[in-house]
Amino acid sequence: MTATSLTSTQGAGRAGDKVFSTAALAAGCFILAVLFGVALFLVVQAIPALTAPAAEIQGGEGFFAYIWPIVIGTIIAAAIALVIATPIAIGVALFISHFAPRRLASGLGYVVDLLAAIPSVIYGAWGAAFLAKEISPAYNWLAANMGWLPIFQGPASATGKTILTAGIVLSVMVLPIITSLSREIFLQTPKLHEEAALALGATRWEMIKMSVFPFARPGIISAVMLGLGRALGETMAVALVLSSGALTASLIQSGNQTIAAEIALNFPEASGLKVSTLIAAGLVLFIITLAVNMIARWIISRHKEFSGAN
Amino acid sequence: MSKRIDVKDLNVYYGDFLAVEDVTINIEAKSVTAFIGPSGCGKSTFLRTLNRMHEVLPGARVEGEVLLDGDNLYGPGVDPVTVRSQIGMVFQRPNPFPTMSIRDNVLAGVKLNNKKISKGEADVLVERSLKGANLWNEVKDRLEKPGSGLSGGQQQRLCIARAIAVEPQVILMDEPCSALDPISTLAIEDLINELKDQYTVVIVTHNMQQAARVSDRTAFFNIAGTGKPGKLIEVGDTHTIFSNPTQKATEDYVSGRFG
Amino acid sequence: MTSTLTPVRSKRSALTKGQLPKYAPYVVLAGALIVGAAILALLGFNAFGWGIVSALLFAIGLVSWSAAVEGSRKAKDKLATCLVVGSFLVALLPLVSVIWTVLVNGVPGLLTPGFLSTSMNGVTGVYDNKAVEEGAPVVGGIYHALLGTVQITLLATLISVPVGLLTAIYLVEYGNDGRLARAITFFVDVMTGIPSIVAGLFAAAFFFAIVGPGTKTGAVAAVALSVLMIPVVVRSSEEMLKIVPNELREAAYALGVRKWRTILKVVIPTAISGIASGVTLAIARVIGETAPILVTAGFATSINSNVFGGWMASLPTFIYTQILNPTSPANPDPSSQRAWGAALVLIILVMILNLAARLIARVFAPKTGR
Repeated sequence: MTATSLTSTQGAGRAGDKVFSTAALAAGCFILAVLFGVALFLVVQAIPALTAPAAEIQGGEGFFAYIWPIVIGTIIAAAIALVIATPIAIGVALFISHFAPRRLASGLGYVVDLLAAIPSVIYGAWGAAFLAKEISPAYNWLAANMGWLPIFQGPASATGKTILTAGIVLSVMVLPIITSLSREIFLQTPKLHEEAALALGATRWEMIKMSVFPFARPGIISAVMLGLGRALGETMAVALVLSSGALTASLIQSGNQTIAAEIALNFPEASGLKVSTLIAAGLVLFIITLAVNMIARWIISRHKEFSGAN
Repeated sequence: MSKRIDVKDLNVYYGDFLAVEDVTINIEAKSVTAFIGPSGCGKSTFLRTLNRMHEVLPGARVEGEVLLDGDNLYGPGVDPVTVRSQIGMVFQRPNPFPTMSIRDNVLAGVKLNNKKISKGEADVLVERSLKGANLWNEVKDRLEKPGSGLSGGQQQRLCIARAIAVEPQVILMDEPCSALDPISTLAIEDLINELKDQYTVVIVTHNMQQAARVSDRTAFFNIAGTGKPGKLIEVGDTHTIFSNPTQKATEDYVSGRFG
Repeated sequence: MTSTLTPVRSKRSALTKGQLPKYAPYVVLAGALIVGAAILALLGFNAFGWGIVSALLFAIGLVSWSAAVEGSRKAKDKLATCLVVGSFLVALLPLVSVIWTVLVNGVPGLLTPGFLSTSMNGVTGVYDNKAVEEGAPVVGGIYHALLGTVQITLLATLISVPVGLLTAIYLVEYGNDGRLARAITFFVDVMTGIPSIVAGLFAAAFFFAIVGPGTKTGAVAAVALSVLMIPVVVRSSEEMLKIVPNELREAAYALGVRKWRTILKVVIPTAISGIASGVTLAIARVIGETAPILVTAGFATSINSNVFGGWMASLPTFIYTQILNPTSPANPDPSSQRAWGAALVLIILVMILNLAARLIARVFAPKTGR
């Protein structure tokens, strides 16, 4: 009788649904467009540097000769950061998840988050003004006693503004990243596994070795990879701390440079082909960090599939 | 203001999976119809197709007809939103909106649709709906308090008040008492008895005594095994279904031999 | 009763046999502190060295005592405990040191008259030389940088929050885990990993191509910050929308409410505390970003209240330039005083934002009965 009673609707409401879902979809697509744009504009602006005659690039030997020392420098700085940060971060994560009293644990987690909240430029300033000065006696000692190792070859920098100092500052910056991810993984360890180990008479450390670490290993690896991604792209800590120069093996002399710091130091005054060169360097950095992050995500996703816990 | 529902040859699918097969049933206006049956037999799924709520889940679809006083809910051009404003629903667990006061919860259906309503009209509507849900006396002094502060049974009656405030033709209830204690259950059952004077009520329940107590007609659903579709076995007067069913399966179920 | 129990109590329980007594760590700690002080007294005393040496002695002492009394398994456990606690203490060192350095160096800068209310316009090396050589007051302040930071961050927030929130809504409410939704999730992950300087280069390259080479304004910096901020907003909002119970959505649908109104009036209000807290944390993250602003907004010494035109200063770049290129290269002290003052202001801002995020999450959370 009233065939219209179900079909007559408030047109405005239906249009609202359309508009809203379209807006949500557009926002999602916008993000894809932005990322595509990042890649596209970097490539377009970088092309002149890749095609220019070798002599016109800084250093006079072409883009490749320009980029590879700072790629190596970037990797050295990031590697130092990870070597220092990884064991400490795992220790801190274990402390918060399994050693600290329950009531303190969340507060301590917040303290570690504070480390992550401090802006990078302040770490850079701290590294340049405080750490470099305080640590240079240690460099002199290393140069005197361990100088036979190429990485500690003297004479040590008098200011302490070396790649090792930059690496230490970077390690402080990646520490909270690795810590918070590892902590989450440690807390996900199935309680049953832990209790099974404890019920066998294991000490706390044996329980951690038997049940926590095997469960958490892929998670720790990907946390370290994500920390690596951050260390590779970090700019300020290096730009302010390192007195840069040519690639050298010694970690306690001034010298070396990273891609990010090279861009930050030179871009503001750059023009013409130099801009292109720096953007091309940025593209290289983008590709390196992208690869590192992809591997990390891949490890996480593979981990998710076979751990039935989540 | 209540309408009857006639279902003809309804199949319900989730993706390629046939969940409920070939249901034909007539639900009388101003009566209580109970759906009973073992877990997983598709009675809740079928209930949700009666106001197109199953479409909220991705991949769900139906074949067949559901007629609300002769209008096909699944006809071309029918907006599920209009269907739902005529056929209300109460869920298994009480779910008042946590960000809203008791009063706003009752007015939710009106306000969320941005209908203009004066304060006086709203007051009348709130009082009428809460009285209709037998909740007015308990909450009239704290209408501005959050709805989540009420007890479970009160929350469920608030949800019923919320459903009748939009003045639907039919109220569907999906195991409305399964999360409640016996005293709250009694209050809801009393309420269902009063609701049928004005509304068509359809209730899914696990509890056969409840079906016997509150319903005029009862439909028994069953499932042949996991992975098989649920089917409507038998429908009839509640008294008949419980005392003298025609199907062996129904008799086994109501006498407690399985399920 | 007591008379029969007393002898039992006085005897050591069989269950505690072969264990270090409860007071063992304290004894070892006291010994380590004394011996550490003695060693440091020979080498030249300083508190930092004392702490390190004592900690090492403590670990060695406790572990070897445990190995002698309790056996190697317990000793390994003690060693692991020492290492874990030690790593936590080591992690605290930089935090304490950074905050201490910023406080000590920053307070004089912050307390300089006019520090918050003047810019660096017209402040040249001459004034700084005077300040050092003749004891004149240090002039110049961070008003322009503060203003720039607020404008750039605000614009970045205005871009990022709608895009980020709508994307999260798409992923949770409309995406159905389809191909597009998975692609967006994947690329948001990728975006999270973009180095901040690359985000800056992107914004610069984009505006160089669209507007013209050398375009550097606050708006360009805001776009760069948005690239960093959007994925954070998407991620946190997505998490928050996901934990809104489906029952609430169904309740609204069953009342005949449209999906978009359900999202706007039911889902978002329920999740708003978490979303707001996530946005605040995202702001806290980008407000300290230096590198992207460095390559997009240039340096300015004077007040610029137009984000769309002209170079603009910000707190992080102010700190950076004052340290790296002091106003007076001969006397860098006034510049470094200003830099630390700005660093203190920046840290306070970030801490306030972090605290605010926590408060928002706690105070505005919907009061559920369960």
